[in-house]
Order: sequence, then structure tokens, then C-alpha cells
Amino acid sequence: MDETTAFALEGQRDATGARLGMWLFILSEILLFGGLFILYSAYRYKNPVDFHHASRELDVILGTLNTIILLTSSLSMAASIAAIQRSQRKLSMVLLIATMALGLFFLVNKGFEWGAKMEHGIYPNAPTLLARAKGEILFFGLYYVMTGLHGLHVLVGVCVLLVMLILLSKGKVRSTHFTPLENSGLYWHLVDIIWIFLYPLFYLIS
Amino acid sequence: MTTTGAAESIRPRISFYENQGRHNGILAWILTQDHKRIGILYFIFVMAFFFSGVVLGFFMRLQMIAPGGAIMKPQTYNSLFTLHGIIMIFLVVIPAIPTIFGNFFLPIQIGARDVAFPRINLLSWWLYISGAAIVALSVFTGEGPPDTGWTFYTPYSLRTTVNVPLAVFGLFILGMSSILTGVNFVTTTHRLRAPGMTWHRLPLFVWAIYSTSWVQILATPVIGVTLALIMIERFFGVGVFDPAKGGDPILYQHMFWIYSHPATYIMILPAMGIVSDIIPVFARKKIFGYMAIAISGVAIAAVGSLVWGHHMFVSGQSDFAALLFSLLTFLVAIPSAIKVFNWVATLHKGSIVLEPPLLFCLAFIFLFSIGGLTGLIQGALAPNVHLHDTYWIPGHFHYIIFGGMGFGLFAAFHYWFPKMFGRMYNRKMAVWAWVIMLIGFNIFYFSMLLLGWEGMPRRYYDYLPQFRTLHLTATFGSWILVAGLIVMFANLFRGLFTGEKAKDNPWDASTLEWQIPSPPPTENFEEIPVIQRGPYDFKEFDQNG
Repeated sequence: MDETTAFALEGQRDATGARLGMWLFILSEILLFGGLFILYSAYRYKNPVDFHHASRELDVILGTLNTIILLTSSLSMAASIAAIQRSQRKLSMVLLIATMALGLFFLVNKGFEWGAKMEHGIYPNAPTLLARAKGEILFFGLYYVMTGLHGLHVLVGVCVLLVMLILLSKGKVRSTHFTPLENSGLYWHLVDIIWIFLYPLFYLIS
Repeated sequence: MTTTGAAESIRPRISFYENQGRHNGILAWILTQDHKRIGILYFIFVMAFFFSGVVLGFFMRLQMIAPGGAIMKPQTYNSLFTLHGIIMIFLVVIPAIPTIFGNFFLPIQIGARDVAFPRINLLSWWLYISGAAIVALSVFTGEGPPDTGWTFYTPYSLRTTVNVPLAVFGLFILGMSSILTGVNFVTTTHRLRAPGMTWHRLPLFVWAIYSTSWVQILATPVIGVTLALIMIERFFGVGVFDPAKGGDPILYQHMFWIYSHPATYIMILPAMGIVSDIIPVFARKKIFGYMAIAISGVAIAAVGSLVWGHHMFVSGQSDFAALLFSLLTFLVAIPSAIKVFNWVATLHKGSIVLEPPLLFCLAFIFLFSIGGLTGLIQGALAPNVHLHDTYWIPGHFHYIIFGGMGFGLFAAFHYWFPKMFGRMYNRKMAVWAWVIMLIGFNIFYFSMLLLGWEGMPRRYYDYLPQFRTLHLTATFGSWILVAGLIVMFANLFRGLFTGEKAKDNPWDASTLEWQIPSPPPTENFEEIPVIQRGPYDFKEFDQNG
């Protein structure tokens, strides 16, 4: 570490420190989901056939569409940061709004998907679900818990981006000070990356 | 070391108590972003929870004074040991040293004005208070306090009708507080060290808090999600831990201990840091094996994350897994022993000054050694079958947690008290408190070890007449221990108001916090100091200050 760091800090914002803090937070988020991935692997190892059957019932097209949506939103997020670095505030805001819209679109899709499953009697503790094989009960249980927790993260992400939008419009995030936006971007990419793991593990294993 | 010596004499010394900041009255405390004020806030609340934990423990012991279970009903006893565990572990032992002393002294010891994220630091405190309030709420509402033991083992925690979900939600919030504190301290240590404060010149307390913070960041989320799953199970019946729906309760135990074993190192490492900081000061000697102590702390944090299976030797896991976990358990003993040997080597041929802080550190070494060695006995596979779920286990971990972390915390009280409050307690009384506590402690918990060895199962509200004598002895010891605690806190409390004014550096210590006024000013340093020597370089310190 640079020994003059402390001097540089007197009365100034520490962008590197803020980024470091964000990365540490992201690490803890990964471990939060990590616990669920452990459960998933243990139960899939125990019930490979049931997981295979249950996975076939998920809508691959909707899942793929959501993957594309979220990946695109990561692109617009990164572009939004790039724009503010080049002092293009309007463009940055438009890209940020696009990111939020894509995030909401993802959630709406997810809602339809959940709704369709529930209509068929596939939701936690449903009698029709409990009549099935144990591995399938677990698969759908984990499906709801993991995509639910992920969806919650998308929702939080959209709220964070909304705050960023306000900061952008007020000029508090600008080309000389864009760390908050950059950190929000890191969070958004994290949410994206977790989905990149959820997608094949639930939709593509049959 | 550059200090603010010259400026000190000219300018009036306004301490952080007098400088209220932007707000007035109570708001100046609960909305403060000053790391020292936040440390004091934690101090008040952690101590309040400590007292309630002690009272619960006191009544548990009272129940066990004679066979027959006369004082309370079994269900009450179940709630009592559950609450004692939850309060002591999650509200006291895990947060105490990092949040009180880490907050107060980590920034000062590295030559910084505050932590890296002061606002998040305040948020951590609010989360702590909210989590604690929710846990307290679970005691008084619904169908009564949790009765599952602090481990919330499934399937019982899913079936019991008492207030488990609320308590678990409170612990989830506490976990968030713990993670944010960890993020703050790691970033602070990386980014805010004063010029010249290299990694080799960090006080060992900073090293300890730093390793602890990493464990907080990496392990706490796992218990967070596990506890969240209990809530989800209770409300939606998903089935991930319910055998009737294909779930596996043993997997819950794995998830729980993946955090909760490393958590025991979250508890003990900061106390080890305190001991490493205090011993050189009162031996007037550079610490023996600085890097060995620093790195062994990191090693404990790392290897300690891989030993959780030793809580489950009789729960049902493969023989190979059990062997591996047992081996790793033995391995963790090595870095712990490295520390103990280094402390003893530091004392060797030192000019020892037997002040209260050092006495508490010596008690730490003695009690921690008993705790560590008994840990090896139960860490071996064959004796574990005999000792599992007996009084041996609580006996062992009270030696580690109370004897280790607790006495480390008391050492910190007595060491940093003059710096935090600007006054000195009565040293003679402190020594008396130390003697009384040490006697009571050993009578109490050594009886528990013996009880466990003879087969007394833990968590029972009643027992066979053959255990009568030892139970009576243990209860008697608990009274002496509580008496010692009362003497100690009364003495500190009196010192707070009527103690003589403390000098800036009453112990002639060489770390940075002692080079600034007692109590410190809001910004800690007039000028950020430039560090030119190690933290325990007493020769250099005595010559050049």
C-alpha cells in the first residue's frame, strides 16, 4: 500500500477504499448464496433423477429470455458508467433508466413464471406438490427460495439505481466523482452473475 | 514517533465527550459518526446484555443446586439456557471486543481519524440495537421465548410452537451488523494507516481485529441464509430441512456450524490481540515473535473455518469426514499454542509490572490453556463419543469463551479504561476482583468438566443424586464468580465518576493511542503521525518518545 495514502485522504474521498468495501460486501453476498448452492448440490447429488424430471417442467424459453434481459441490463449498466466518465450526463441517465427497466422487466417475467407454476399447484406446501417424489419437492422448494432471494436482490438493485439516478440528476455523481455509480454497477453485475449460475442449474439440467 | 506533544500544551484539550458535533443531547450519541462515541454506545448495550446473560446463568445454576428440579419447570429451564446462549453468544461475546474496543482503538492505533465508512459504522450500531430489540421481543410475545438451545437444530426448531422465527430474524439482523463492521475494519486497516505504519508495525490488536473481520465477512452470511431458511420453513414449509419432504436435518447442522465454529474464533481472536498488546507493556519488552503471533491469528482464522464437523461426530457423518475434521481440529491447536508460547517467552526475563491488566492476561493464559487442552480431548474421535452433550462441553467452552474471551475483555477494561474515560479505577480493588473471580471461575467450571466426565448430560433440568456434590460445588462457585463480577464492575463504575484523573499514558505504553490525550479529542490526532518504529519498541520509545 502506498505510504502516502493517509496524506491523500485528508479531506478527500477515498475511491479505492469505497471500491474495496464494496468488493468485501460482494464477497459476503456470494457466501450468502453460497450456502444455498451447497444445499442445492447436496440435494441434487442425492436425487439426480427427480431433479432431472422437475427441471423439465420449467419454461426454458422464459428462463433464457430472462437471462438475455439481465445480461443486456449489465451492458447498459456498464455503458452508463462509461458515459458519466466522459461527462455525458444525459446519456448516462438514459442508460441507467434502461437498466432499471430491464431489471423490472426481468421481475415481471419471473412473476409470470411463478404464477404459472402456482396455477399448476406447484408451490411450497401445496398438496399436489407434496404428492410428488421427494427430490421434486426439494427441487421446487429450492427453485422458489433461490430465485426468490435473487429476485429480492434485483428489486434492491433497482432501488439503488433509482437513488443513483437522483444523484446523477442533481450532479452529485459526476465525471470527477462517480464511485457510487461504479459500486452500484458492481452490485448489479453480482446480481447478474448469480443468475448466470441459477439459470443452468435450474433450467438446463434435464 | 511524532506526537501532538507540542500542540497539546498550547491548545485546550477538548475531548470527544465535550465535542458534541452537529446534534445535541441524546441525538449527539445515537446519530454520531465518531468511532469513539459509537464504541461507547456499544459498550453500554453490550454490558446491559452481559448482565442479563449473567442473571440467566445464575438462575440456571440455582436450579441445579440440588436434584429434584424444585425451582422452575422444565420448560422454563429450556428457555433459560436458550436465552443465556443466544444473549451471551450473539449479543455479547461475538460483538463485544470488535465493536467496543475495535471501534474505539483500531483507528487510533493505526493513526487514523476515524474508520473508513463512519456512516456505515453508525448503521451497524442501529442494526445491532434493532436485532437485539427483536430478540428481546421474541421473549415477551407469542407463545414464549425460544426453547431450542442457541443452535436452533432442526427439526425441533421447525416444530416447536414457541417464538423461534422472531428470534431468528433478530439474529439475522445482528449478522448484517457484524458483516458491515467487518467490511469497515478491513477497509480501514487497508486504507487508513498512517504514513510509516507498515503491516509489520501494526499493533497486534489491529492484526487480531483484522483477521476477525475477515471471518465475520466470510462466515456470517452462511448463518444468515441458514437462519433465513428456518424462517422460510416456518412460514412456507418449503421442506429443505424437513425429512418428510426429502430435506435433511443433518445438513442444517453443517450449515449452522460452518458459521458457528469460525464464530468461536471471532470470539477468541480479538481477546488474543488484547493479550498480545498488553503483555509487552507490562514486561517492558518487545513482543517475542511478532510475525508468528500475527500470522498464527490468520492461520487460526483460516484453518478454524474448516473444522466445523467436530461438532457433529455423533450426528452421523462418514468416518473419513470425521477423521479429517478431527485432524484439522488438532491442527488449529498449533497456532493457538504458538501464541501462548510467544506470550510466555515475552514475559521471560522481562521487567514485569504486576498491574491489573497484566493479571487478567495471565488469567487468560491459564484458563485458555485449560480450555484449549480439554478441547483436544473432545476433538479426538473416541473420547468425543463419551463426552458429547455432557457437561464437559459447556465446561470446555466456558474455559475458552469466559476464561479466554471474557478475561481478555476484562483485561481490556482495565488497560484502556484510563484512556477511554480519562479516569483511573482503584487498582487494589481490581486485584481483589481478579482473585475472587479466578477462584469462583475454577470452582464453577472445573466442577462442570468433572460432571461431564462422569456422564452428566447437558441441558437437563434435573439429575441423579450421584451428581449432587459436584453440582452443589458448581453452584457455590457461580456465587463466588458473580461476587467477583460485582466487585469488578462496582470498582470500574466508581472509577468512572470518582476515580483520580488519569494521565495520558499511565502504563508507559508505546502504541499510538497512549500518545494522545485521555480521553482523546474528536479527531484523535492534531496531525496524522509519521510512524518510525514498531509498536513494542520500548528502548526506542523510552529514548525518543
